[in-house]
Amino acid sequence: MIVNNRCFNVCFIFRPFRVPILTGCHSSIPLWWASLCDKKILNQPLEKPDFFRVAELFSLKDLFDARVHLGHKKGCRHRLMEPYLYGCRLDHDIIDLDQTMEHLQLALNFTAHIAYRGGIILFVSRRRQFGHLVETTAKDCGEYAHTRYWQGGLLTNANIQYGPGVRLPDLIIFLSTLNNVFQQHVGIRDAAKMNIPTVGVVDSNCNPSLVTYPVPGNDDTPAAVELYCRLFKMTINRAKDRRKQMELLHGLSADARERRHV
Amino acid sequence: MAASCVRTVGSFLGKCTKCSSSINTVATQVLLSRQVCVSSALCRKNLAAAGPEKFTLEYIQKQVEEYEIGKRHLANMMGEDSENFTQEDIDKSIAYLFPSSLFEKRARPLMKHPDEIFPKQRAVQWGADGRPFHFLFYTGKQSYYSLMHDLYGKILKIEKHQDRLRAKGLFSQDAQLISLGPSRWLTKEELELLLVETISTHDYDRFIKLMERMLAMPYSSTEEEFVQRYRRQLEAQSMKQMMPPLEKDENGVAFSTAEGRRKTSDSSVILRDCGSGHITINGQDYLQYFPVLQDREQLMFPLQFMGVLGRFNLECTVSGGGRSSQAGALRLAISRALLSFLSEGDGEAMRQAGLLTPDPRVRERKKPGQEGARRKFTWKKR
Repeated sequence: MIVNNRCFNVCFIFRPFRVPILTGCHSSIPLWWASLCDKKILNQPLEKPDFFRVAELFSLKDLFDARVHLGHKKGCRHRLMEPYLYGCRLDHDIIDLDQTMEHLQLALNFTAHIAYRGGIILFVSRRRQFGHLVETTAKDCGEYAHTRYWQGGLLTNANIQYGPGVRLPDLIIFLSTLNNVFQQHVGIRDAAKMNIPTVGVVDSNCNPSLVTYPVPGNDDTPAAVELYCRLFKMTINRAKDRRKQMELLHGLSADARERRHV
Repeated sequence: MAASCVRTVGSFLGKCTKCSSSINTVATQVLLSRQVCVSSALCRKNLAAAGPEKFTLEYIQKQVEEYEIGKRHLANMMGEDSENFTQEDIDKSIAYLFPSSLFEKRARPLMKHPDEIFPKQRAVQWGADGRPFHFLFYTGKQSYYSLMHDLYGKILKIEKHQDRLRAKGLFSQDAQLISLGPSRWLTKEELELLLVETISTHDYDRFIKLMERMLAMPYSSTEEEFVQRYRRQLEAQSMKQMMPPLEKDENGVAFSTAEGRRKTSDSSVILRDCGSGHITINGQDYLQYFPVLQDREQLMFPLQFMGVLGRFNLECTVSGGGRSSQAGALRLAISRALLSFLSEGDGEAMRQAGLLTPDPRVRERKKPGQEGARRKFTWKKR
């Protein structure tokens, strides 16, 4: 089941949600994996609202310095982005950084939970300027990237493209939701078709409707994109390290319990 | 006309719908009794869509084991040492044990290592938990895109190096371009073989352009080893003529040897710098061997052209062909042997005169349905 994040309720910053366990209709959880994972390891992060403390990774000032609030001109504005805009100054749209803060915290929290549970994360961006940066970020996290021409059946025709039994990504992060012709990236629609949650940085000329966790922000400035890459890399690494710690901790305690019984 | 077959709805439903659990059993029982005409196109498998035949890893390993065992048996059969039995020995033994006079060499019996027979294919790209091994797996062309990624990374590294030097003030424009030598880029087919995946011409062009861009940058010599991996050496084509070496025999007389061919004749000539102008062909005198003036003129022409008619002694051997082709072969051999005695300018003059060009004309075969090679049978209107 996917989280429905459509309400723009500002009262709750971290509302409790259910994390999807391995979405994608062609993935099958190997039995040995499911049995190995202790229920405690999986359920403990869900008890606290910000278990991975992603709120500490960035502040409003960081976002402002990285020029995340700069949108496009008034003529390029997408109608559905109007709730996310703070205002318009000399025809330039300004994105509301308070809303960006909440959305970014939600998105990073979600990414951290997915990475904690060993999900496959795919970074997508069709901007040639940042393609290399995105690929390096993905390589550093140990996750996957796709900054090239999107072949039509990558998600929807995966069994024939890659071979039978392929596992699809559990989360797709769009660092720019538009492709090189300023149309919405095909991956957003395909991910929605395949029930794969998406996190997307939506600029003032993008359509945020199909993205599960939209993050209104600038996707054109190098400073902003570097900030996003850094944040995602840090959250994913944090989540993975935490997972290793938990496994060690619970593994040790399980051994101690066994020895006591014996 | 495609054969159509009659099938029951039950099997049709079972084929088409995966989860038929929602269908009411009573309804299915009613439906199953009805016969439906279904064309055989539905059950025909699209063989072309499956692609080239895929072999599992275990199958290839089994083939390798069988090959090793077979190699030992073959060595024992031939009475050779089974430890040091090389591929050439295998080929010779197979040619001896299974003699075949088939014209097509690829149709003859062959015993080679399975790696050379079975085409290289990719192993399974993901681990037991389903996570792919390569970080660009979801692009579809992981090797090609990872190559482009590495190449671009190297370009960025070179640019950073340039910036650092510029900051220190040590940057110079004409420094250290990579010296490639006589080499060419890998062709698209060779690149596909290297990457073990298919790429389009567009992708290949982009790869070459990016490589050229990297080579054009000033401090690119640090990545020379990486670039050379994607280059193939060409044999340097020299413009110089291959001249036979000038040797001296016991009496101190300078001589040179050369060979020539024309149609089916082979000739070999030893040119001695004696001063007498004697010519011997196959032990006989040239007047005796070539009674016709035309053939003797062919022999003389290179010497007369250079104006050295009486200077050299010729000792020739010739075999094969007819009188005219033997004369032509000898002429070529004499011209080649003369090259070592003459200067560069004279050699160039000989080349311009066409004395050094081997005549490529050979007898054309007769075709069936025709009188000769070109002549057709007489055409009769009725």
